Amino acid sequence: MTISKNFRRALLGAAIAVALPGLVPEMAWAQGTLRIAMTAADIPRTLGQPDQGFEGNRFTGIPMYDGLTQWDLSSADKASVVIPGLATEWAVDATDKTKWTFKLRPGVKFHDGSTFNADAVVWNVEKVLNQNALHFDASQVGVTASRMPTLRTARKIDDMTVEMTTAQPDSFLPINLTNLFMASPAHWQKLFEAVPASVSDPKQRAAQAWTAFAANASGTGPFKMDRFVPRERLEVVKFPDYWDKPKVAKLDRIVMIPMPEASARTAALLSGQVDWIEAPAPDAVAQIKSRGFQISANAQPHVWPWQFSFAEGSPWLDKRVRQAANLCVDREGMKQLLAGLMEPAVGTVAPGHPWWGNPSFQIKYDPAAAKKLMAEAGYSAAKPIKVKTQTSASGSGQMMPLPMNEFIQQSLKECFFDVELDVIEWNTLFTNWRKGSKDDSARGSHAINVTYAAMDPFFAMVRFLDSKAAPPVSNNWGYFNMPEFDALVATARSTFDAGERDKALAKLHARSVEEAPFLWVAHDVGPRAMAPKVKGLVQPKSWFIDLTTVYIQ
Amino acid sequence: MLVYLIRRLLYVVPIALAVSVVCFSLVHIAPGDPLVSILPPDASLQLVEQMRKSYGFDQPIPVQFGIWLGKAIQGDFGTSIATSRPVSQEIYKAVGNTLMLAMAATLIGFTLGCFFGFVAGYFRDTWIDRVAVTVSILGVSVPHYWLGMVLVIVFAVLLPWLPPTGAGPGSSADWAWDWAHMQYLILPAVTMSVIPMGIVTRTVRALVGDILSQEFVDALRAKGLTDWGVFQHVVKNAAPTALTVIGLQLGYLLGGSILIETVFSWPGTGSLLNAAIFQRDLPLLQGTILVLAMFFVVLNLLVDVAQTAIDPRIRR
Repeated sequence: MTISKNFRRALLGAAIAVALPGLVPEMAWAQGTLRIAMTAADIPRTLGQPDQGFEGNRFTGIPMYDGLTQWDLSSADKASVVIPGLATEWAVDATDKTKWTFKLRPGVKFHDGSTFNADAVVWNVEKVLNQNALHFDASQVGVTASRMPTLRTARKIDDMTVEMTTAQPDSFLPINLTNLFMASPAHWQKLFEAVPASVSDPKQRAAQAWTAFAANASGTGPFKMDRFVPRERLEVVKFPDYWDKPKVAKLDRIVMIPMPEASARTAALLSGQVDWIEAPAPDAVAQIKSRGFQISANAQPHVWPWQFSFAEGSPWLDKRVRQAANLCVDREGMKQLLAGLMEPAVGTVAPGHPWWGNPSFQIKYDPAAAKKLMAEAGYSAAKPIKVKTQTSASGSGQMMPLPMNEFIQQSLKECFFDVELDVIEWNTLFTNWRKGSKDDSARGSHAINVTYAAMDPFFAMVRFLDSKAAPPVSNNWGYFNMPEFDALVATARSTFDAGERDKALAKLHARSVEEAPFLWVAHDVGPRAMAPKVKGLVQPKSWFIDLTTVYIQ
Repeated sequence: MLVYLIRRLLYVVPIALAVSVVCFSLVHIAPGDPLVSILPPDASLQLVEQMRKSYGFDQPIPVQFGIWLGKAIQGDFGTSIATSRPVSQEIYKAVGNTLMLAMAATLIGFTLGCFFGFVAGYFRDTWIDRVAVTVSILGVSVPHYWLGMVLVIVFAVLLPWLPPTGAGPGSSADWAWDWAHMQYLILPAVTMSVIPMGIVTRTVRALVGDILSQEFVDALRAKGLTDWGVFQHVVKNAAPTALTVIGLQLGYLLGGSILIETVFSWPGTGSLLNAAIFQRDLPLLQGTILVLAMFFVVLNLLVDVAQTAIDPRIRR
């Protein structure tokens, strides 16, 4: 067989031409906007009650909506506490502690121009609590009702006063109400009326109105929705008529893009496609800094723990063993492993927090003291204690669960612990958390590694320490049960003076550190990386941030 | 031909039913709560039950399947639990984006694969052949995920020539066939094309080598045909097999690559599946899997029909 040289050359030349195409593109980016890459795989829900955890509240809740109460996000140093929002003041009834009166802020307008008043508050409570209300939306109930578990009804007293009723006396209500965002009833009604007449079922019409509302939202927040492309981007613009004039946004526009993959976020930042990324991968931090980008971080009310089981046969039933584990983890070493992107946890809240208290047992790295406690409990290098912990390979708030757990496994080995890790899928772990350590789903584990938010007392402590919160009621996975703690919870819940309530919570927290029902390991620091031109960010000790102070220079 | 076509179309019905049973069963067998995206773990039992009822998860699984199938046949895949948006709307948009990416990747993979395959086949056992074979082996061996990240680092970060993520400067909703948008397609499409390119290269190389060694090629040359004339005969003989291979590859690509679409934040079916899996959004998961499976079934049918049209012997 012979093939001519010319034909060979032509074939070869074509192959080379195809293999080496020229790539000389030019990119032009929009100016004057802040572009944020979120960690969420989808844009958190925009209709007022965001999903996707607190990242949802951070980006599609607080910027577009307000609650009756809100978190103070103004300081990077002080603990973030609850301050007035759309309510200017509130008080519990002197005789009936299940009744609260909220005075509303006058002169507040929704983005659609309608007025915020008591009717709007009642309407927003009913959207998640009154199943008979036309605008009741089951899809918003889960993320809202569970965060204000005792709220039952709201009633208009006058245009600027609302009465709220709880199922039992509950001093946590004002804190819980930071999770109820005020959506515009007038705007919803307009969208409801715009649903085609062919949809005759009122519930169907209401559902379609909510879907339309999510794409064309109206709240009272400092930013209003301008463009929404499901799963791709949300654009919000400054709301110049925001009621809190000092907090009128400096930015003209914010573009939020879901980008769940950490390396994709890093590449997007380094290439200039976005100006701000949430949660850069720890191993990319050095590169990001070396290219002149800023890293911002601050301890969050987040806890990365092992939650111990107190079921029969659990090795953690012995308090000395629990305390020994807490003394045996080199948290500073772990911080180095995570490129500095964690804060060592010595309790659910950090020293200096109003709920810190003054625990007599101090959590620190002291392997000698840990070994001593283990020896007293009857364990040694020759006779280690076997413990099994269920964890996940990834998950929201889990930080880097595998390297962190392996680090703990190695640390605890020094103190006579023989740790077995049971790694399962994140959502399954999350579901198991609710089932408890006695359930088959625990697969014989003596601890579970699920991170949690510690912003309000219920989420931070009550659901783990109150015996009534044992499965299937709530997240007392390990069946921790001490009457003293039940009494401390009851006292805190029924103390209505904010200062006294914090003291009661501090006592609860201090006792919990002493009893050590957790291995406290780390607080996440909410790292974010930004282009040098992004200025004005104050990163508070919170899951949330105030985007109104940010500007581009 | 018509009888063959009708027979193949009839096969689609039991296949589609089996696919729907399997995909419905699989997503229900998998551990995890379908309400996890809208219910935090501390939701009260009463609330959990209320939500289960609202979404119909309190019904027996066969009843749920019957209701779902009845609606799915009419093109209604229900409503996403996580977003409350109609699933069919979500799938329609994502399929469009994945189709665009898959077609671009197929075009690149098929073109490069055929070129490398023909070059390797014509230059059998030379250094050119070895280079082409090495490229094809690399193509099928290199992990997508890794290659995508390397391409992003090189072409978007170190050499800021191409955008690293997204489907356009605005969004896929504003897509236009101009450079401002098409540059977003290049990196994911190239990443996605390497496997089909490798497979097509190897297939075509073997075919060309085999065809060139056959006696009819010598006969063609003896008749005085030019190299170009012989090449056309080689192409025609290699086409049915190459077409089958690329058709199957297109089927795989249409399934969307979860990894590639995640790395490049490409809003296609891979990203949709990723979100649905992590949020345990069962209606979205079921609908997407079924639509993708049906794509595969239909594509196989089209390839078979095309193959039969090219090579009538297959009909027998």
